[in-house]
Order: sequence, then structure tokens, then C-alpha cells
Amino acid sequence: MSAGARVDAATLPGTRQGRYWLDRESVLGPVLLLPAVIYIVALVGIPLVLAVLYSLSDVTIGDQSIDFVGLKNFRDVINNSTFRTALQNTFVFTIVSQAVVLVLANILALVLSADFKGKRLVRFLVLLPWTTPIALGVLGWLWTLDSVYSPIDYVMRQVGLLGVGSPLGPDWFGTNSLWLAYPDRARLSVLIVHVWRTLPLATVILLAGLTAIPQDVKDAANVDGAGFFRQLFAIRIPLLVPIMMVAVLYGIVFTFTDLIVVFILTRGGPFDSTQVLATWAYFKGIEGGSLGQGAAIALFLFPVLVGVAALMLRIAKRAETV
Amino acid sequence: MAVVEVRELSKRFDGVAAVDGIDLASADGEFLVLLGPSGCGKTTLLRMIGGLEPPTSGDVLIGGRVVTALPPRARQIAMVFQSYALYPHMTVYNNIAFPLKAAGLPKSEQARRVDWAAGILGIDAYLDRKPRQLSGGQRQRVALARALVREPTVFLLDEPLSNLDAQRRASARDELQGFQRRVGTTTIYVTHDQVEAMGMGDRIAVMEQGRIRQVGTPHEIYDDPADTFVATFLGSPPMNLIPDVASGELLGFRPEHFIPWQPEMGDDWVRFPYHVHRTEYLGAERLLYGQVGEAKAVARFPANSAIDTEIGSTTEFAVRRNDLKRFHLETGLRLDRNGRRP
Repeated sequence: MSAGARVDAATLPGTRQGRYWLDRESVLGPVLLLPAVIYIVALVGIPLVLAVLYSLSDVTIGDQSIDFVGLKNFRDVINNSTFRTALQNTFVFTIVSQAVVLVLANILALVLSADFKGKRLVRFLVLLPWTTPIALGVLGWLWTLDSVYSPIDYVMRQVGLLGVGSPLGPDWFGTNSLWLAYPDRARLSVLIVHVWRTLPLATVILLAGLTAIPQDVKDAANVDGAGFFRQLFAIRIPLLVPIMMVAVLYGIVFTFTDLIVVFILTRGGPFDSTQVLATWAYFKGIEGGSLGQGAAIALFLFPVLVGVAALMLRIAKRAETV
Repeated sequence: MAVVEVRELSKRFDGVAAVDGIDLASADGEFLVLLGPSGCGKTTLLRMIGGLEPPTSGDVLIGGRVVTALPPRARQIAMVFQSYALYPHMTVYNNIAFPLKAAGLPKSEQARRVDWAAGILGIDAYLDRKPRQLSGGQRQRVALARALVREPTVFLLDEPLSNLDAQRRASARDELQGFQRRVGTTTIYVTHDQVEAMGMGDRIAVMEQGRIRQVGTPHEIYDDPADTFVATFLGSPPMNLIPDVASGELLGFRPEHFIPWQPEMGDDWVRFPYHVHRTEYLGAERLLYGQVGEAKAVARFPANSAIDTEIGSTTEFAVRRNDLKRFHLETGLRLDRNGRRP
């Protein structure tokens, strides 16, 4: 730029150098990023650092001074048999529920992508569990699984699955199933609620993936002589795999870290049989007052979540490069 | 090989007719082009022949058999799509073999046929690649190989050249026609490009608003149009249409038939006063833009012809009587086609 041009620009009415500083990317970028950075540092970064500090110290609710005790909290936690139950439950609930969700979401997405009367209503109903606040939804399930008034029991009694002579075996001879009183039934209940809760999002994600498959490709498969199942397994599902990964990873994060379902349904009972890492960390750390042990338990979630996050970032990167 | 025929075929979308009672039959082994502007219903007609779109009424026959109610895979057809519609997650080999797998052919036979089709189309070298690693022209050939491999009785092609650049398109036209001649399979080809239609079609069916305006050889369509739509849709620039006050008709003539009048021309020529506005030099040819009375008219000459016309002047131009076509002023239908109907 020549000196003359600069003078001209400066003499234009209303033009001052300082007015356009926000137009510079080196300024605008950091300004726009700042709120997110503050948010993450305050609500994720600081608690994470605190959790690590607590897990290495003898801090309790009564004595909040941080005295380092090394890995003592971790040793104590691992030697506790409830820890093994909680760890196992966390993985089993996550893996089994997401496997079921994957199958059901595929079927549901296929059904919802077809044209039929009342499709919009069905789509709305399928999405409902996801829009309901988790705590309210789980409270609904608590009533549904009630030891006396459970509507599931009512239906089972009507069709003869519950009561003396039940084909399910002597365990079902009572007048009520007591879903949350037996360890196996309680674990099954928690699983069902997890599936109910994560299925809608997975279905919507898969539905989006299905509609993204070009009509030409489906037509070509039709003309090429592929029947329904060949089209499903050779064309649609392989093309959906990347988006299925996204759905499953979301489901894993939601289920793996979930506290509310177990907390409201069973409070970890009966006899800690449905305890998961998140609830046990809460009961130990907050209700039991032993913050250090609670932090140590919660930190066991960390490696899995880091792995999931890394996978998600890889998928996002691959989507960017396509 | 087979004859494709449609009878009284209609398709309505929400009450609007996309295809409006079409009767059309191909000859065996023919290259039949469906030509028309976008939205004229040509692709819908092709999709109904392929079984991808159920007709509202009417019938589709392939090889004399009514196939209207049959799914695409029972029709012994192969289709090439505008987007090629290759399966993005499969290698070229598996793309081509897919129809054979669906038909339950043994592995060795699949391999033999894929090699044969890949050989014909010259894509042997890419069999292990994925579609995204191929150029547009290579993808088109893979799509053709996939169509060819199960030896269908009919090829349905939906604007397969429109995704190629202009240079590649010319050679692809040549390849495609040569390929069709070699395999001799009845082919229905949809396009909006008149050059493709004229250059490749044995016959052309010109469509507009869900109806066929004319079916004929490229010669008939160009030299003997059935109405003003066909006359102006084909040819670039299109046929000139001049209202004739005396007869109440439209007179049509091609720009290349419109030349300066000379005294020795005699009675065989019809004279028009031509006012020239503008001239365009296009390398191989030269165009004059002007008016005959109120109507616009274009004249076309080889660039090297010694035509000397001043811009802004009015001179006498003439058209040979045989090259003048007469159309009805309101309906646009031809009046002098000796009783032949479209």
C-alpha cells in the first residue's frame, strides 16, 4: 500500500483504525472461544484436578485439609468387594444395553424411514423418552416396577406368567414380581431403563444416517437384483457403520457415567448388587463422607471415557476429510 | 435382447401428471433416446420402465411380457444412473460382482464374468480400488460394467454423461455408442442434451410436459419437426418462426437455410426483408442476429463464407421453398407434413 492511499483511508469520514479490530481473525477467534474455555476450565478442569488431589489424600467431609496418603484410597477401594460388583455392573450395563440398543435402533430406524400413516406421531412417541428429564422418567419406571402396584405384574398375572403354576418357574409363583427386590431382576430392570433411555437418540441418529444414503444407490441395489435382506446387510448396514459408531459412543458415555437410574430405582440395592461406579462413588464420597475414596472410585471411569473421546475425535476427523 | 413397450402409461404426483398417457415401443436392439427439457417426465418414464416407480395407470411390457407389477429385479434390466450410484464401501470388483452375487452365481463364474465386463470397458487395472479413488469417466465405466455383467435384455441409462466434462463427454459418447452396437442390447437413454440425442440415437422421442411430441430418426426430428416445440427444442440456434400475415400461419426455417437473396435464385426461393442487428463470430461459423418484420431471426454461415452484410442495414434474404415448414399459429402443429401425425 502506498503512503498516499493510507492518508486517503484515514481521511474518510467515520473511519478510525481501532473500529475494525474485531474483524481480525487473530482477535475474533480467541474472543469467541473464551466463554467455552472459561466454562470448561471451571466446570471440568478444576473438578478434575480436585478429584485427582482428593483421591491421593485423606480428605473427608469433616476434615477438608488435604494430607497426602499416596495410593491408599485406591488400594482400599480395590480391596472392597463392592468395588468389583460396581465395576462389573458398570461394564455389563453399558455393553449389554448398547448392544440391545444397536439392534433395536436399527430396526426402529428402518421402520420409521418407511412411509406409513401416522409416521410423525410414532416418531414423536419414540423420541419422547429422550426429551423427558431423566429423573422424571426413572421415577415413572419406579412406579411401573412397584412391588405391589406394578402394571407389568398386572399384565403378567392376566396372561398367566405370574402366580402359582407360572411357566417361568417357581420363582414367579408369587402374586408380585418384586422387580427391585431380587438382584437378577433388579439388574434386568436397570438394563431395561438404560435401553429405554438411550434408544431414542440412537434411533434418530441412525434415521439421519439412513436418509443420507442416496436414493440412487438404493435404486441400483433394487435393479441389481438384491432382495430386502441382501440390501440390508450388504448395502445399508455397511454404509451406516460410521454413524452407528457415533450413536454407540454417545450411548456408552451416557450409560457408563449414569448415576440417576440406579440411584432412583434401587439405590444400588439389594445388597449393593446393582451398584455402579458412579453411584458407589456418590454413596462413599458424599453420603459416607469419605471424599478421598469417592474421588478414587470416580477416577476409574476416566480411562474408558478418554478412550471413547479419542474414538469420537477420530470419527469426526474422518468425517471432515471425506 | 427384447422390445420395450409402454401402453397408455401415466404417472401422477399429487394430481399433477408427470407422465401423461404415453404409448411408445422400441425396436429390438435399438438405441432409443428420450429427449426433453428438465421436468418433462423422461426420467419418470424411465424409472417406470425399470420398475422403480409404480405407474398410476397403463402397462409396461418387456419382451412381450407385461411386467407392470414386477419388482425391478424380476425385469432382466440393468440401469446406469446419473450419479452412477456405485456402492461406495465396495471395491470396483465387488461393485461389478454385486448383481451376480444377488443372482446366486458360483464364485468362479462371478470372477469370469467380472473379468469379461472389466475387459470390455478397460477397467481391469482398477478392480481393487474403491469408487472414490476413481475419476468420473472411470466411475461411469464401472457403472456400465455393473450393468453389462449380468447380460440384461434392456439397458436403461439416465443421463450417464452429464457428470463428465465437455471433452470427456465427446469421447464417452463415442465409446458408449460403440459399446451398445457391440453388445446389441436394446437401450433406452434419457438426456436433455440434443447433441447426445442426435449423435447416438437410432430414434429419438421428444418429450414435453409428460407427453411425447414426436418420435423419429434424428433426421426426421430435425428436418421434419411435428410442431414448433420440436422445431425450437432441437437445433442451436433453434428454427426461426416468422408469422405470415397473409395465410395466418407460422413459417419456420433453419438458420443455415437463410441466405442472402441473389437475382439468379428464381421462383424456388421465398424472399424476406432481413434487418441485421448484430453478428457473432464463433470460430467455425458466423451468426447474424436480426429481424424479419417484428419476428427475430438468426442466419448461420460457415465462418469462411464470403457473406457481406452491414449491421443496421435491411437486405433481401431468402429460403428455399422446400426448407420452409408451415405451423398452425395457435396450436403450433405442423400443417404441411402430408398427413403424418406425430
